Amino acid sequence: MANVISDETIEYVGILAKLELSDAEKEEAKSDMGRMLDYIDKLNELDTTGVEPMSHVFPVQNVFREDVVTNGDDSENMLKNAPAERDNMYEVPKTVE
Amino acid sequence: MAKQYETVIGLEVHVELATKTKIFCGCSTAFGGEANTHTCPVCTGMPGSLPVLNKQVVEYAIAVGLATNCDITQYCKFDRKNYFYPDNPQNYQISQLYLPICRNGGVEIETEEGTKTIGIHEIHMEEDAGKLIHDEWNDCSLVDYNRSGVPLIEIVSEPDMRSADEVIAYLEKLRLIIQYLGASDCKLQEGSMRADVNLSVREVGAEKFGTRTEMKNLNSFKAIARAIEGERERQIDLLEAGEEVLQETRRWDDTKECSYAMRSKEDAQDYRYFPEPDLVPIVISDEWLDQIRERQPEFRTEKMKRYKEEFEIPDYDIEIITGSKHLADIFEATTAICKQPKKVSNWLMVETMRLLKEKEMEPEDICFSPENLAKLIMMADKKEINSTVAKEVFEVMFANDTDPEKYVEEKGLKTVNDEGALRTTVEKVIADNPQSVEDYHNGKEKAIGFLVGQTMKAMQGKADPGMVNKLLKELLS
Amino acid sequence: MDILSLSAVELAAKIKAKEVTVKEAVEAVFARMEEKEKVLNCYVTLDKEGALKQAEEVQKKIDDGTLTGALAGVPVAIKDNMCTEGMLTTCSSKILGNFIPTFSSEAVLNLKKAGVVIIGKTNMDEFAMGSTTETSAFGETRNPWNEKHVPGGSSGGSAAAVAAEECFFALGSDTGGSIRQPASFCGVVGMKPTYGTVSRYGLIAYGSSLDQIGPLTKNVEDCATVMEVIASHDLKDSTSVKREDTDFTSALIEDVKGMKIGIPRDYFGEGLDSEVKEAVLAAAKALEEKGAIVEEFDLSLVEYAIPAYYTIASAEASSNLERFDGVKYGYRTEEYEGLHNMYKKTRSEGFGAEVKRRIMLGSFVLSSGYYDAYYLKALRTKALIKKAFDEAFAKYDVILGPVAPTTAPELGKSLSDPLKMYLGDIYTISVNLAGLPGISIPCGVDKKGLPIGLQLIGDCFQEKKLIQTAYTYEKIRGEFKKPADSMEGGRK
Repeated sequence: MANVISDETIEYVGILAKLELSDAEKEEAKSDMGRMLDYIDKLNELDTTGVEPMSHVFPVQNVFREDVVTNGDDSENMLKNAPAERDNMYEVPKTVE
Repeated sequence: MAKQYETVIGLEVHVELATKTKIFCGCSTAFGGEANTHTCPVCTGMPGSLPVLNKQVVEYAIAVGLATNCDITQYCKFDRKNYFYPDNPQNYQISQLYLPICRNGGVEIETEEGTKTIGIHEIHMEEDAGKLIHDEWNDCSLVDYNRSGVPLIEIVSEPDMRSADEVIAYLEKLRLIIQYLGASDCKLQEGSMRADVNLSVREVGAEKFGTRTEMKNLNSFKAIARAIEGERERQIDLLEAGEEVLQETRRWDDTKECSYAMRSKEDAQDYRYFPEPDLVPIVISDEWLDQIRERQPEFRTEKMKRYKEEFEIPDYDIEIITGSKHLADIFEATTAICKQPKKVSNWLMVETMRLLKEKEMEPEDICFSPENLAKLIMMADKKEINSTVAKEVFEVMFANDTDPEKYVEEKGLKTVNDEGALRTTVEKVIADNPQSVEDYHNGKEKAIGFLVGQTMKAMQGKADPGMVNKLLKELLS
Repeated sequence: MDILSLSAVELAAKIKAKEVTVKEAVEAVFARMEEKEKVLNCYVTLDKEGALKQAEEVQKKIDDGTLTGALAGVPVAIKDNMCTEGMLTTCSSKILGNFIPTFSSEAVLNLKKAGVVIIGKTNMDEFAMGSTTETSAFGETRNPWNEKHVPGGSSGGSAAAVAAEECFFALGSDTGGSIRQPASFCGVVGMKPTYGTVSRYGLIAYGSSLDQIGPLTKNVEDCATVMEVIASHDLKDSTSVKREDTDFTSALIEDVKGMKIGIPRDYFGEGLDSEVKEAVLAAAKALEEKGAIVEEFDLSLVEYAIPAYYTIASAEASSNLERFDGVKYGYRTEEYEGLHNMYKKTRSEGFGAEVKRRIMLGSFVLSSGYYDAYYLKALRTKALIKKAFDEAFAKYDVILGPVAPTTAPELGKSLSDPLKMYLGDIYTISVNLAGLPGISIPCGVDKKGLPIGLQLIGDCFQEKKLIQTAYTYEKIRGEFKKPADSMEGGRK
């Protein structure tokens, strides 16, 4: 395997992705990711010099809304999905120390 | 000899745009709604929802860019900035990194050493986050997404500033331009204008920049000045002690006048930006740019020049009045009605400024209408009220935009112009105050002042003091 | 009359002619489910009560003449990654196990306007990540042709439900082949429209730049009819395209004279099952006999589509799935210490292994220092792939090939080696990268008795050429076998 994923990398990506992996999962992730990256490295065979990265397939552009209020208040229904709610707000663990 | 240090400052200024709706959905941006009542699937990050860009946001951003001499990126895009925080419902913020809408601009500021240009690196469009309310009682935080998705522009300066004075001059300048454009009210206290300060120090003469820190949570010009001084000293102390300045984000606590690092293991500061696939590119044609250019308002310099030509008012007044778009608007609209630029200017310069200072308000907070100010001026002009009454009425009008005509009517404050009635009162005052009359006759000119006062008192202030004076002199001669 | 064997268009016609009532149609599919669901598990959510209520309303409107469309009264299944107002929408994930949307996706609204009856939500690979419907948090779906085999994925529930006659048609979504491949494995017709043709509003995103909703139907006529209803220019989806040519049923023409069909040699190389190859080439031959001009050519870049795809799709997915954090909706872990621990535990417990694998990969390729090497490189490759197709479509009206290298694999054989599973997407994936339309239509059955799919790929906005070619082929092929005929009775 050309791409060797370190414990630190898996730890770091776990922080970015907010995933907590068990030790077994970490080992698996290291090997999976290494294999996938080896496979993705195949792209390096291609000469893409001067090729513009293409994020949108079609030249659709300038899609806008007019600045007009169209939405009413549906917070009650939306909040019904919240795991924890208080005073019409979404409750989360304390964000300040 | 102690080393001499230079402070190098760059600013990231966030400005909330004055659109009616949010940047990517049709929710209202109005302040003060009940929590989460201005939200929808888009601005709460519901699965399946998609953003659609508010055209007015682009127009405001372009207008600010043109007014700050930026190049407009005629093919620009949005990117996603990924980070987890509960005020950010999708856990990514739609912003611009790779192709921001404006670049390479600058504004001129006046410093003690003369005019200086502060470069603008870029201006980009993005969405604001929601509000976190900390519930100490229940040991949790609560999220209100009413502000989530309110449009922002972030104006990133070059590290061109060297002192707190320059920073404040730059902020004042930006604020004025943006207010003139009507793109935002730019209130620091309310958070519609927010500045993050990037600061480093280096020895005078050094070419390389020192390591910079980013200071957040600065809610007033005073706080900015204090934070700059505090951070400058903190960094110099570190360097003098042979320690390193860490590149980090710090939060300013203005009550304690110190800052602390906002660091956390969970905060990797790796935002994994990539082009927002749910939005399409914005292509700004030359025609569109021309349209916006044509709609640009008269800015301060042009306005000052025109005032000088059009109105006979002192340069100092012009400077103050054009120093606030709102004030200038009131001045022009009132003058258009009452055709008395000098008097309008006086009201703004004296009474208005006095009350603003007294109540710790900004000119933008002025609520009275030009129509009412014009009415007041015209009433005073026609001597329907005397100047004391006028000031009293003005104060009421300043507080809640009361119609001065109605107020004077209701309170019966109209000046008594009936000479017969006035003459009777004056005659009574003369009869009641023989001592003053005698003093006057003995050459004590001042005595007449007392008699005028007595008459005004008897008339409950509703007389024209000039007329009282004239009558007294006539009756005493 | 066997209501269940009718196509959607036939059923609607019979309802209109008052030969069948909407209620009878709804009851027939629910009776079928009683018989089949225990084994097949096509659905995550069934709503019989709601369906009967809709049936009543729709029947009234058909009777009073307000509903006259070609799909009025037809019972329909929706893949569980499309929001349905008031109805559970889970993406087959624990993390959305209790999510009830406050709005419906645009495609569903378009169907409802046409008078269909929504009967339930179909099972899928969790968040559409997978090719077998085995990554669902709610158990795998089985292939109606052989219950030891997978139905394909990620729209496996939708494909199996259509094949098993547990609905008259279904909606699926296709990010890398997720409509075409299960359609192929289950012996039904599946179309992935040109990107931007069907609104993505209300579709819970996997890879936003690749996702597209499309129909899974019993035949090509139904496919064209459903396409006509769900295609719309939606102001709520910025990537939605305004099209004037969405009268897809006008392409139901039995004629391929002069139609230029290109067969990419690259699609018939190593890894392709010989029975699949034979069936697909036989279909090409049949079209040639009807007057199509069939030619082999080199498409090139085929082997680069998968790495480019997995880079782009994983990157977008890692970001799209950040919103599932236990704050606004869905699952939140029971015990936690502080905010970040809540995030991590919620997400680690809420997502399955395949989803976590792609989130990790996507987060990595976007992270500082790797963005250019991986993500931008993939976007450049995408541009080259698009160019290769542009060149092909300068010569051909339609590209013909297999949908997948094999027929449906056995259950439990795919997930152990993800990379091998990804290789199964080789013929479908580049279509998504280039935003093209593609259709899968049954063209044979292998020795194991499992259906084989034929894939037709068109240039952007050329769905009509695909429909016309597919329709003509369908007529040549004749009635396709039904799973029931190959399964030993309706086993309970």
